[in-house]
Amino acid sequence: MARNASRPLSPHLTIWRWGPHMLVSILHRASGDGLTVVGGIALVWWLAAAATGPQAYETFLDHADNWYGVILAVGLSWALFQHMLSGLRHFVMDIGAGYELTTNKFWSVMTVAGGIVLTMLFWLYIWGVKG
Amino acid sequence: METPIARVRGLGSARSGAHHWWLERLTSVSTLILFVWFIVALLGLPSLDYASVREWLASPLAAVPMLLLIVSTFWHAKLGMQVLIEDYVHEDGWKFFSITLLNFFVIGAAALAFFSVLKIAFAGGE
Repeated sequence: MARNASRPLSPHLTIWRWGPHMLVSILHRASGDGLTVVGGIALVWWLAAAATGPQAYETFLDHADNWYGVILAVGLSWALFQHMLSGLRHFVMDIGAGYELTTNKFWSVMTVAGGIVLTMLFWLYIWGVKG
Repeated sequence: METPIARVRGLGSARSGAHHWWLERLTSVSTLILFVWFIVALLGLPSLDYASVREWLASPLAAVPMLLLIVSTFWHAKLGMQVLIEDYVHEDGWKFFSITLLNFFVIGAAALAFFSVLKIAFAGGE
């Protein structure tokens, strides 16, 4: 876009003190980004391996069961829950609600906390209940 | 001093501005519903081994939501990533290249995933 270079750019991202709402905003983007690239490739690999044959699927499982596979899986599940909750927050804000400072701060914190709690419950169920 | 708004003022709406935004919301609702199904279904599977996954995906009640999930998720990912690129990639050439690459990626990935589910489903999970 053509822009008058002598005019300042806004917003001045670097001068604001960090708050929960800024964290949730950038986490929503970062988690969506990660889910698209890493999650997209993982999902396609899983399905394509299952459609290809037992050996291809075995290769997928070998990587998934490895330490880096587990880290990626936990990271992806967290990104999914975080993106889900901050997405729900966006729905509320889309209808014009939740912009009051204290309300906004409260739900920003709850979004981040909720993402961590859901991730822990998810893996607790997988490792604890299912073994 | 002239800002870009002076050149568009009075021209009226482009009549397409809200479309991208609306589709992003629409696909986020469908993706949300489908992912809740997916997580519950995954946790309910006896095992994630080859035979269990194929037997599960052979059922129409797993294959069809899975196909919808693939379309909805990659569509939503494309819309969201496009906004990300438009916000952070300022140079026109790079922006065009990035968005083209994004489209190739999401369509290619979705096609591969879609075909894989169909192949398993039509083979009856054998």
